[in-house]
Amino acid sequence: MLTANRLLDGEVVYWQGGDWQPDFAAAEIFDEAEAAKAALDAAQAFVRDNKVVGTYLFEVRKEANGVAPVKEREIIRSLGPSVRRDMGKQALMPVPPAAAKPVHETSPPPPYPEEPDVSI
Amino acid sequence: MYRYDEFDAKMVRERAQQFRYQVERRIKGELTEDEFKPLRLKNGLYLQLHSYMLRVAVPYGTLSARQMRQLARIARDYSRGYGHFTTRTNMQYHWPKLSEVPDILELLADVEMHCIQTSGNCVRNVTADHFAGAVAGELEDPRPICEIIRQWSSFHPEFNYLPRKFKIAVSATKEDRAAVKYHDIGMEVITNEAGETGYRVFVGGGMGRTPYVALEIGKFVGKEDILAYLEAILRVYNEYGRRDNIHKARVKILAHQLGADEFRRQVEVEFAEIKRHGTLHLPPEELKRIEAYFAPPAFEDLPETAPEFEAAVKADAGFAAWTRSNLTPHKAKGYAIATISLKTIGQTPGDASAEQMDGLAQIMEDFGFAEIRVSHEQNLVFPHVRKKDLPAVYARLQALDLGAANAGLITDIICCPGLDYCDLANARSIPVAMKLQERFADLERQHELGEIKIKMSGCINACGHHHAGHIGILGVDKKGVEFYQIQLGGSGAEDASVGEIMGPGFGKDEIVDAVERVVETYVALRAPGERLLETYRRVGMTPFKNAAYQEQMYAAY
Repeated sequence: MLTANRLLDGEVVYWQGGDWQPDFAAAEIFDEAEAAKAALDAAQAFVRDNKVVGTYLFEVRKEANGVAPVKEREIIRSLGPSVRRDMGKQALMPVPPAAAKPVHETSPPPPYPEEPDVSI
Repeated sequence: MYRYDEFDAKMVRERAQQFRYQVERRIKGELTEDEFKPLRLKNGLYLQLHSYMLRVAVPYGTLSARQMRQLARIARDYSRGYGHFTTRTNMQYHWPKLSEVPDILELLADVEMHCIQTSGNCVRNVTADHFAGAVAGELEDPRPICEIIRQWSSFHPEFNYLPRKFKIAVSATKEDRAAVKYHDIGMEVITNEAGETGYRVFVGGGMGRTPYVALEIGKFVGKEDILAYLEAILRVYNEYGRRDNIHKARVKILAHQLGADEFRRQVEVEFAEIKRHGTLHLPPEELKRIEAYFAPPAFEDLPETAPEFEAAVKADAGFAAWTRSNLTPHKAKGYAIATISLKTIGQTPGDASAEQMDGLAQIMEDFGFAEIRVSHEQNLVFPHVRKKDLPAVYARLQALDLGAANAGLITDIICCPGLDYCDLANARSIPVAMKLQERFADLERQHELGEIKIKMSGCINACGHHHAGHIGILGVDKKGVEFYQIQLGGSGAEDASVGEIMGPGFGKDEIVDAVERVVETYVALRAPGERLLETYRRVGMTPFKNAAYQEQMYAAY
C-alpha cells in the first residue's frame, strides 16, 4: 500500500485510484512492485501541490478475513494509539476495534515471524 | 515566578507572527516541505505517526496557575482534550493541525510561554531540580541561573547550528533529582573552601545509543564566570564536535574521546580568551535582579506539624500511604513538598486531561499556590503546601484522579510515548508500562518494595531514560514484532550509572513476568534497608538474569 500524511492536519492517508483518502480498508493493494512504484511516482504530484508529505510504500499481509499491515507501526497508524481507542481513525469506526477485533489482533504474529506472504 | 521583560515579550510575539507567515507560505506552496521542516522544528512542531505534535517549553519546569489554565485550554481546543508531560519537563500536544499552530503560539505568548528551544540543534530548554526553592539542604534556588542561561542561549547566533542538540540541567543539593550527569552540561551548585558559592560543571553525559555519565570538567566555576565558562565549552564543541555522523555528533562523543583532562584544557584555553576580552561577565546585581523573581513565598511561622494533618493520617489509610511516598520534607517548618503522580494505574504515564489541568489550576488558586512544577520523572509538584492544608489538597487531587500514592515506587514509571505516537519508535512502551503498573498495583507491596525506578523507552533514542533506570526497559523491533530488553543497575541520581543489558529481549507477553521475577529475586537477596539498585550493585547480574530467563519461552533474540 501507499501512504502519506496530509499537509494541513497531519492525518494519515492512503492511495486509492489516483487520489488520497483516509480509510485503510479502502486503500489500494499492489501485488506487483512495478504498479506500486508507478503509484508512488504519480503521488509525487500531490507532494508538489502541497497536499501531502512523506509518501512511502509499506507491506501488508493477506489473511483469511482481510488485510493487515505487516509492521506494528503501520497497524497503529491505520487505527490510532493502541492505548487510546477513543483517538485516531479507530474512534470513527462504526464498530470499535476493541469489540470488532481487527484482523491483526485476532492473530498476533508468531514469536519467530516467518517470511510473510507480502504485498505492498 | 520570572516575568517577561519587554524584550522577552516582544521576542515571543514576533516569533509567533513569523511562524504564522511561514505556515501561510507553506500552505500556499511558497515553501517546500524541505524548506519548511527546519522552520517548524525550530518552533517545536514535529510530524508524528497520526498527526503533528507540538512541544511547548516549560522553562525549568515551573508553571503558574494562569499558564496551567492556558495549557488546559489549548489541550481542549486544539488537541483532543489532553497533553503529555515529558522527561524534559515540557508539554507535548499530539493532535494539533498545522493551520492552527500559529494560534496556539499566540495563546502561549499571552501567558509568557513559547516553543522555542524545544527542537533543533541548539541549546534546549534548561531543566532544574523540581524541588528547587523548597527542599531542605539546598544551597540556593538553581532556577535563577537557569533563567540566565535561557536568556544567554536563546537565539544565540553562534550556537544556532551546533553539531547536535544540547541539553543543560542544574541542581543545588547533594541529592541529584535533575539527572545532571546525564546531560550535555550538568551543573551542581556547590561552595568552595573559601565559602563562596559557584558551580561544579559536568560535560558529556547522555543517553541514546551511546550512553555516558558526564565527566567533571569544571571543579569550581565562580558565579560571575559561569556564562563565560559555558560559552567556552560550547565553542570547543561547536568547533570539534562531529558533523559528519549524526550518531557521533553529541558532545558526549567528543568529551569522552578527548578525555576529561584534554577537554578541560581546551575549555580553559577558550575560557581564558573570553575572559581576556572581558565579555560575558555576569554582574552580581543582574543575578540579584533575576533571583528576586524566584523569591519563595513569605512562609508563615507554623508549628512542625498540624492537628488536621495528624488526624487525617490516622483516619484515612489512603492519605497515610500518600504522605509516605508523595511528600518530601520542606525547608520551612509546617510545610511540605507534595508530588502529584501522573502515574495513576491505567493511565498513560505523563498524560493529563484538560479537566485535570484546569482542576490543578483551581487548587492553586484556592490554596494560594503561586507555582506548580513539572518533574523529569513526568510528575507534577506543589512545592510549598502548608501541612494543615494537605488533607484538603489530597481530597481535591483524588477527585481529579491524581491521588496515586506511588511517587518513587515501582509503578512510578518513566515512559516515552513510544510507537503509539512517535515516528521514531520501534516498539510501544505505554502498554507495557500500564501492564507493569497493573501487576504491581497493590500499594502495600509497592511500599514494601521501596524505591524502584523503572524507566522505559520505545527506541534507542532513550527519551524514557532506560539507561538510568534501576530497571530499564528498551523496546526493539525484530522483523516487525516488538521485543523488550531489560537493563539493570542504572541511576540518574547523584550515584549515576549506566544500566547493564541483561541479554536478549522478551516478547510483549513475557516482559511483565520477567520484570516480576527480577523484583522477586531482589526481595529474596536484599540485605536490610537495601534498595534494588544496591542489591544489584552488590550481587551483580547473574542471579537476576537466571531468574528472569527461567521460564522464558522465546529468548532466542
